[in-house]
Amino acid sequence: MKLGLVIDMDTCVGCHACVVSCKQWNTSGTLGALTDYEPYGKEPNGVAFNRVRSYEVDEYPNNKTVNMPMSCMHCETAECVTVCPTGASYKREEDGIVLVDQDKCMGCNLCSWACPYGARELDQASGTMKKCTLCVDRIYDTELPEAERQPACVLTCPSKARHFGDFDDPDSNVSVLVRERNGLQSMPELGYNPVNHYLPPRPKPNAPTHNGGQLEPLTDRFKKWLNKVVVR
Amino acid sequence: MSNRKTRPGASASASAMAAVAETMPAFEDHSKQEKHYTTCYMCACRCGIEVTVENNQVRFIKGNPNHPVNQGVLCAKGNAGIMKQNSPAKLRKPLMRKAGTERGAGEFEEVEWDDALAMLTERLRHIRETDPKKLAFFTGRDQMQALTGLWAQQFGTINWAAHGGFCSVNMAAAGLYSIGQSFWEFGDPDWERTKYFMLWGVAEDHASNPIKLGIEKIKKRGAKFVAVNPVRTGYQAVADEWVPIKPGTDAMLALSMCHVLLSRDLIDWGFLGRYTNAPFLVINHPGHSDDGLIARDEEGNPLVWDQGKNAPTNGMAPGAEASMFGEYSLPDGRQTKTVMTLIAEQYLDERYAPEKAAEVCGLDADTIERLALEMAHVAFKETIEIECEWTDWAGRKHDKFIGRPVSMHAMRGISAHSNGFQTCRALHLLQVLLGTIDVPGGHRAKAPFPRHTPPPIKPAKEMAPNTPLKSPPLGFPTSPEDLVVDDQGKPMRIDKAYSWEAPIANHGLMHMVITNAVNGDPYPIDTLILFMANMAWNSTMNTSQVRDMLREKDESGEYKLPFLVVVDAFHSETVNFADLVLPDTTYLERYDTISMLDRPISEPDSACDAIRSPVLKPDRDVRAWQEVMVDLAGRLGFPAFVDDDGKPKFSGYTDFIARWEKAPGIGFLAGWRGKEGEKSMRGEPNEKQWDKYIENQGFFQHHLPEHMRFYRHVNRDYLAWAKEVGFNPSDAPIIMELYSEVLQKFRLAGQGLYDGPLPPDDIDKERLVQYFDPLPHYYLPLEEQRVDPQEYPFHAINQRPMHMYHSWDSQNNWLRQITAQNFLFMNRAKGESLGIADESWVWVESHNGRVRVQVKLMEGCQPDTVWTWNAIGKQSGAWGLDKDAPEARKGFLMNHLISELLPKMDGNDDHERRLTNSDPITGQAAWYDLKVKITPASSDEAGTSWPQFDTMKPLPGAQPSPDQVRYSTHEPVRLKRSLMDIIKRKSL
Repeated sequence: MKLGLVIDMDTCVGCHACVVSCKQWNTSGTLGALTDYEPYGKEPNGVAFNRVRSYEVDEYPNNKTVNMPMSCMHCETAECVTVCPTGASYKREEDGIVLVDQDKCMGCNLCSWACPYGARELDQASGTMKKCTLCVDRIYDTELPEAERQPACVLTCPSKARHFGDFDDPDSNVSVLVRERNGLQSMPELGYNPVNHYLPPRPKPNAPTHNGGQLEPLTDRFKKWLNKVVVR
Repeated sequence: MSNRKTRPGASASASAMAAVAETMPAFEDHSKQEKHYTTCYMCACRCGIEVTVENNQVRFIKGNPNHPVNQGVLCAKGNAGIMKQNSPAKLRKPLMRKAGTERGAGEFEEVEWDDALAMLTERLRHIRETDPKKLAFFTGRDQMQALTGLWAQQFGTINWAAHGGFCSVNMAAAGLYSIGQSFWEFGDPDWERTKYFMLWGVAEDHASNPIKLGIEKIKKRGAKFVAVNPVRTGYQAVADEWVPIKPGTDAMLALSMCHVLLSRDLIDWGFLGRYTNAPFLVINHPGHSDDGLIARDEEGNPLVWDQGKNAPTNGMAPGAEASMFGEYSLPDGRQTKTVMTLIAEQYLDERYAPEKAAEVCGLDADTIERLALEMAHVAFKETIEIECEWTDWAGRKHDKFIGRPVSMHAMRGISAHSNGFQTCRALHLLQVLLGTIDVPGGHRAKAPFPRHTPPPIKPAKEMAPNTPLKSPPLGFPTSPEDLVVDDQGKPMRIDKAYSWEAPIANHGLMHMVITNAVNGDPYPIDTLILFMANMAWNSTMNTSQVRDMLREKDESGEYKLPFLVVVDAFHSETVNFADLVLPDTTYLERYDTISMLDRPISEPDSACDAIRSPVLKPDRDVRAWQEVMVDLAGRLGFPAFVDDDGKPKFSGYTDFIARWEKAPGIGFLAGWRGKEGEKSMRGEPNEKQWDKYIENQGFFQHHLPEHMRFYRHVNRDYLAWAKEVGFNPSDAPIIMELYSEVLQKFRLAGQGLYDGPLPPDDIDKERLVQYFDPLPHYYLPLEEQRVDPQEYPFHAINQRPMHMYHSWDSQNNWLRQITAQNFLFMNRAKGESLGIADESWVWVESHNGRVRVQVKLMEGCQPDTVWTWNAIGKQSGAWGLDKDAPEARKGFLMNHLISELLPKMDGNDDHERRLTNSDPITGQAAWYDLKVKITPASSDEAGTSWPQFDTMKPLPGAQPSPDQVRYSTHEPVRLKRSLMDIIKRKSL
């Protein structure tokens, strides 16, 4: 299997629901706890597997606002794995999920330098590298109802902009979406072959106008209307 | 899109997933976890949540997929509930201001609940026995207005309201006086069918999940989404078209679109003629008391001109052949015109032509015209029909519902201006001309709406010691007789709601309470109870001066506002000013009702309500405010709360909710009524009702049969049912009032022509004449009329980020990691033209004061507009945050710039009565009328916002906030990589 996410930039409103859902699931998840630094202090920050980046494109009044949630892309050519000196970082053979074995990680940061997507974050309290697990502790939990065996970010997304599935399966929801909506990889030119895909905004809908009757002088218009009757 | 049903785990992947699952450890010990279903309260959307609890801590909060509001999804706020529960700012025990210390100094001592309540009861008992209006009780964004209103009514004070007056009363009132429903809780776009969606003035999270769900649906279907907003953030980001309008000019845009539709005869005449007052005859009798009123027969029925009979006839008689246009003489010789004639005359006038509107709105005329014609195309060329037999109010059968699939949603960008009431009316006029109200694909009402225009409830006026009010404190005036004024025409309420200054102030004017009480205008009060309202900070206008007012003393050294009770769950800026603090529980610790008597959560196809039930036990000495209210009501002997012996009738909140009836069979909760829980909507109280709600995941949903889902304003079966279940007192059809006779009565009073009460002050007369146009109109917002546009060139507005809801949760550990400082955003080219660089510091000044803030330049901002997040700025030391938190040192409030009083008119002397900075019709706080100027700050001023306030002292017993949080409910189950895997795959 090749598990990953499809993120729809046509409907992502940049609300951060996925960011916080990820945080609350994973802080008690397999890589938990995810440390918060200065939670009530001057520079609040913390470990997060998923962050939304928002950009403006073009100039007023033609500007657009683009929201781009970013998390581990679970690259097929995962350079973060290649550079890991201890073997802590690995891409699972069975599903392609890139993980970090917390017992083997020594927190050297090489992987986060290797990752062009900024997907890896060092937990300063544990001294280990952490990152998106695709909620490996949800998707395989057979005690959860089947519909809930999905990453927390996907379940919560209020504008249904996130989809999880198997890219190896041509009939999976993610494969179909990528095919039908021309899904793209982020920075494919770097050659890491990310599994996650982004769906570009849909073309603007065609909105024809109804030009109605002839524009006529008001007096004529009123004259016509004088006979207008509606039965109550 | 493919129609193939796809889902994760489907087809080939399912077996592969199952095979891998077998190799996985058990990450969660489900046997140690419990799932509870309750209602979120991280904002006002009231989504259903599933809360997983483990070791008495919250493991996970997830949207409930079965819940009608959020259908399983959950926003950033809802996902951050764990950190609300774990906030170090939680209050722990009742607090009294330390004797001998000054109010606002933050010196408190802990007191026992029994002592606090005994003391408060005595104070309230004395007020109730002597002069009940000396108690003012105002609540913030609570969801229990039916209870707090009942409590005030039973106490006998008219000085009660919730936060609607400073939120969106313009939207609510305009809707209820025009179409019998409105936006958000009142009605929704028909997300399943609409083909064109126009979003007006919606700050980012208003509403949250329901709008996000809806936007996804319409985008998937290829419907066009147009966003009218000066700022392109939030939902605007994904709009197909962004219309960067100048703030406060939306009425002009809407009415210009009406102009376009009228000029091209793109009107749903049938809808107008049958369901609105468009064919009613309006008396044209200038200078007389009947001028502008609807002509009526002897029974009071409105008249239309029957073309067949060529005579006036009862407009409510089925089958009348009503002329839409024309001037007609009544038998008594009086001249009339149809409402529709007045509409056409008013809006076909050149002042509403797109070219003129374009100048006002800062848009181009072509855009205005095109948008109107696009909507017309969808309404009239993409009409949808649903085959379904239904019966109209007159008993006529129809075999389908005709739908014009254009829909709209609007919120505070529309309503929080002093022309907001008329602007909302303008939007409704536009919707009605297109025939889109409660039709398939249009804007659909949600139970208990639609209601009559307006509902027949009048605000209470009379008060007597130890006596409940005869009607609720808030209601719907329909003529000057209904005003809450004394014999001299002076305001009777502390907030001056329902006075000549704000006649239709249906939600009160919370933003005026402190100012008026401290000024003794119209009279001093004794006690102010504030619940969940941060009135010493971001919920008040003119924050700095209001804080001073709270400390103001009279000659004898007594506080002018003698006693302030603050009920809150957290250490807010307002708690710091309290004389008595009553600590509330969090939303995960209490029972609550989300009632149809209150702010309902129904969907267009179903009537819904919900509860909260405790998920966690409080670890502090706190009590839910609803419990305390029921307790106080018993102690004070409110008739509805005590038995014949004067003993408390209810053991607590849940008992009260289960047994109290508003009318026979109608209570707070509509589900599982009747002795055995067998009845829906109406039935005897059921002692197991709470259990049934808990069994059913905390909500109740009564699905309407198909034939009762549309055209409910005239749908006979729906109207009969709505009467039966107590939504409406009558099953008469609900006539949409495009022309408001109510407004005309007030205008006549302003003209001195009304047969009844007249305003004593000239300024009120002028305002009634100018603003109470019975047809929607555009006028320059009031502050703009009084400040120099050259000196104050920018509109200044605010909104909140989607991940925060006002100040409720900006102290939340997880959310403040996303945003901990607000900036002043402005258009990049505009900023650069003024020499203002990105991230530089500037002074922002209004007629009322100035603030120093940090700027961010952006493209998506209308050039005459600046804006900020109204959620972030904090007083140092508040909300459990470090004294040097960016919220306090760099964040800011725009509130300092906004006066609760209008600036004086140029050249007027000091004797002019100061007027509220509010809509002159409804008293809605005019937050977004603000005009400012912007000048760069000097380099030594940069780095810190201004004004700064003293650091609040920690409360007794408060633990210092932690430097680090590592939240987890169990030891993690780690996945190990095997040595063999490393050896095999790692190229060593």
